[in-house]
Amino acid sequence: MAFNFDNTNVATRENRIGSITGYIGTLGDLAKQSSCGTLKGCARCFSQSSTCLSTCALGQLSAIRDVAIIHHGPSGCSAASAGAYYLDKVMAKKRGVTNDTVYVGTDMNEQDTIFGSTDALAEIILEVNRRYSPEAIFVTSSCATGIIGEDIDSVVDDVKENIAVPVVAVHCEGFKSRIWATGFDIADHAVLGSIVKPPQQKRNTINFKNFYESARPEIVEMFKNFDLEPIFLYCNSTVEELSHISEALATTCICGTLGSYLGNGLEETYGVPYIRSINPLGITGFETWLREIGRVTARSSAVETYIEAQRAIYIPKIEAIKQQLTGLKAVLGMGPGYTFEVSRVLDELGIEVVWALAWHYDKKYDNGDVPPSMEHLLERGIDFETSVADQQNYEVMNILKRFQPDLYLSRHPGSTVWAIKNGTPAVYVADEYMIFGYQHTLEFAQAILDSIHNRSFEQNLASRVKLPYTDWWYQQNVDQFLEEGKK
Amino acid sequence: MAKLLDKQRYKCALGAMQTVQAITRAIPVLHSGPGCAQKLSDAIGSSGYFSPNIFPCTSINERDVVFGGAEKLETTIESALKVIDADLYVVLTGCIPEIVGDDTAEVVSHFENAAKPVIYASTAGFKGNNYKGHEQIIDALTEQYLEKAEERQKGLVNIWADVPYQDLFWLGNIRELEKLVGELGLTPNTIFGYRRGLEQIDKIPKAEFNLLVSPWVSVGNMKKMEKKLGLPYLHYPTLPIGAFETSKFLREVGDFAGVPAERVEAVIAEHEKYYYYLIERYADMFLETRVMAKQFSVVADAQYVLGITKFLVNDLGLVPARQFVTDDTPKAFQQQLRQEFARLNFGLAAEVSFETDGYKIHQQIREHDYHGYPLILGSYYEKELTEEMFGHFLNISWPVQDKVVLDDFYVGYTGGIRLIEDIYSEAVQRWN
Repeated sequence: MAFNFDNTNVATRENRIGSITGYIGTLGDLAKQSSCGTLKGCARCFSQSSTCLSTCALGQLSAIRDVAIIHHGPSGCSAASAGAYYLDKVMAKKRGVTNDTVYVGTDMNEQDTIFGSTDALAEIILEVNRRYSPEAIFVTSSCATGIIGEDIDSVVDDVKENIAVPVVAVHCEGFKSRIWATGFDIADHAVLGSIVKPPQQKRNTINFKNFYESARPEIVEMFKNFDLEPIFLYCNSTVEELSHISEALATTCICGTLGSYLGNGLEETYGVPYIRSINPLGITGFETWLREIGRVTARSSAVETYIEAQRAIYIPKIEAIKQQLTGLKAVLGMGPGYTFEVSRVLDELGIEVVWALAWHYDKKYDNGDVPPSMEHLLERGIDFETSVADQQNYEVMNILKRFQPDLYLSRHPGSTVWAIKNGTPAVYVADEYMIFGYQHTLEFAQAILDSIHNRSFEQNLASRVKLPYTDWWYQQNVDQFLEEGKK
Repeated sequence: MAKLLDKQRYKCALGAMQTVQAITRAIPVLHSGPGCAQKLSDAIGSSGYFSPNIFPCTSINERDVVFGGAEKLETTIESALKVIDADLYVVLTGCIPEIVGDDTAEVVSHFENAAKPVIYASTAGFKGNNYKGHEQIIDALTEQYLEKAEERQKGLVNIWADVPYQDLFWLGNIRELEKLVGELGLTPNTIFGYRRGLEQIDKIPKAEFNLLVSPWVSVGNMKKMEKKLGLPYLHYPTLPIGAFETSKFLREVGDFAGVPAERVEAVIAEHEKYYYYLIERYADMFLETRVMAKQFSVVADAQYVLGITKFLVNDLGLVPARQFVTDDTPKAFQQQLRQEFARLNFGLAAEVSFETDGYKIHQQIREHDYHGYPLILGSYYEKELTEEMFGHFLNISWPVQDKVVLDDFYVGYTGGIRLIEDIYSEAVQRWN
């Protein structure tokens, strides 16, 4: 795919890489249809609310230190600024730095939808610059400004000459895509197009795209063994740091969904290799990923020494817990960057996946390949029922009721509680490093074991609450509301 | 006109989905983009019988923007009635259908004979904030669901207060208001929270009057009900916190409802005795805390700024610095509210700014000389600022990150004591 940073708009995942949000079948069928190009997503004539791509886009950008986000729209669009403020403060504090990023709204009203408000927006951009002197300013659209045709590109062009730092138009109308991960691409596009500079020199750094850098200290330590310095993106990144990411030896990512646009963009534009192995979750994932980094950065022997030493510490412990997990049945629901990776780890731990839900599915990544995690599973002869549903909770509940698994694993806020109400123990795979490397794979196995051992909480709750769905719904097939051929 | 919303403290009108969520077994059906519900919800008691990821949503896409989303709304409502076990379905419109001109009223009219009531409210984000959205829901109930009652139930009083979920203490506050009104021998009726749903909504027209406890939110709702349902209303603008204001509140409600004065005074006397038993025991701590100046500022919506200012001045003898009302109070109510801030004991008056720009609020707090370590009650945004000033901070208004509240409350005699506990739990952590 050609990356065009002259255009501030980035095509949606649906249009760019054929991503879908509606499918029910098996992993094998999904992979087969993906590679032969016959996969078409279904639409739903009934859906429950999910996530806005602007939350993903601006969640990423607002985590960069000392920048300004100006969300041009009604006050609900910029309501996420409250959470961003909190996150910026606590994440910076944990890291021992300061973050003075500001995220403001423009409180657009009815009059603005009729007459437009580009003059007011220009003044707001200038005022934010006067108040805070940010290192970069991201000016973003909303559904309302998108529909009335507010030309934020022109506003940005006009104010640019009066502002010394990058001012970037970011197009994130929520109706553009049902795939909120498109928001990650939108953020990457803004960074690649306006912040990243062409390389001046090579550095011993490796770009590490993640969410909240919880494993930062240990990863920094680990990479010291290989004389590599990880640069974590974008939480607590500085604009200066970002301007140099084209000088790295490689780019890697904790989640394929999160990192593919940046990784491919850097590779194609500046020749920075993008690590495309399966993800560093679980033992096989971690070793495969680390070996690939070793290969790409010419550090294979140091990597092997490290792996050998770590295996000696952790493998016996993991094996011991595995004995107790073997035979459990699980359902999981996550973004596709995790669903198939975590399915693989569950298999490693002896847990059988009976149904895997992916919140969307990218039939190929930005380099045209099918996601490596699926290939890995199928090569090992693992197949299970699979559906693609953008957090459609009623479908999850239908599946849980039918299978009554020992365990539900989810990665999105607000979803685990429903499994518990069904009486199913749930593990919230919240932190992106929860299954990273040997140590966290061990912790993950232990977390599952603890959840299975003490079921008091879910039993207490499940026996006292009524589920919000009708009996009628539980008698339907899970694909009741899927419509083929529509989008 | 668009304005710089810096450190925002409210959401858009569609945030009223939380008002619907607070009515037991009522479900919002969103005609909006796919992510509005998630963006407008917080993890503050949201995973009840319904949570935002249960809310049916038309999840409008590019195609619907071009061709209209009416058809999708129709199937969404139809399916919601089949899939979700609710008593009341409230269709809420977001920005997109209102700009492209979907006729939501027409679609909803197809469900007039549905097994369960389906109503709708216009809550496009650009129509105002969630305080206004909350009013839209109550107006929708009045206009589309409630009918004038043939008979009134003696002593039945509907109580209305501020916005559920936006107000951290909404659940505890409304229960405590019910309790206080009940002690006067009246029968309170409210529609939000545990065991308050359609049955309570059905009772609204049978009440003798509406009691509104809010500076300005829902005044329009009361007028609409007065006109359509013939319900008179008592508007009590101050959230009564602590003994001084709660006793005044009980006298005014008693007077309006025709409760004998002796009964009212007996209730007050009993409460005040216990309240001052507690205050007396802790008065030494209040007086001898070295780390708190007499001056304070509240940064919150009108109800907490007014309620807490009156409490801290009239009960605890503190002195108001400038106060900041952040809910975008309509101009028509501002003058009246300023007068309330001028009615404090000993002729004291609090200066008040109606300000939605957090930068300006912080500038004014920084510039003010509190003559010691200030007490700041506000949003999470004031935490770092207060720390810089070596002051004491309490997170009482949205956004809240510093406090978890399940059913705690600040209203009434007990609520005043809770607020004191929270303030001094902060203060005792420092010696000087």
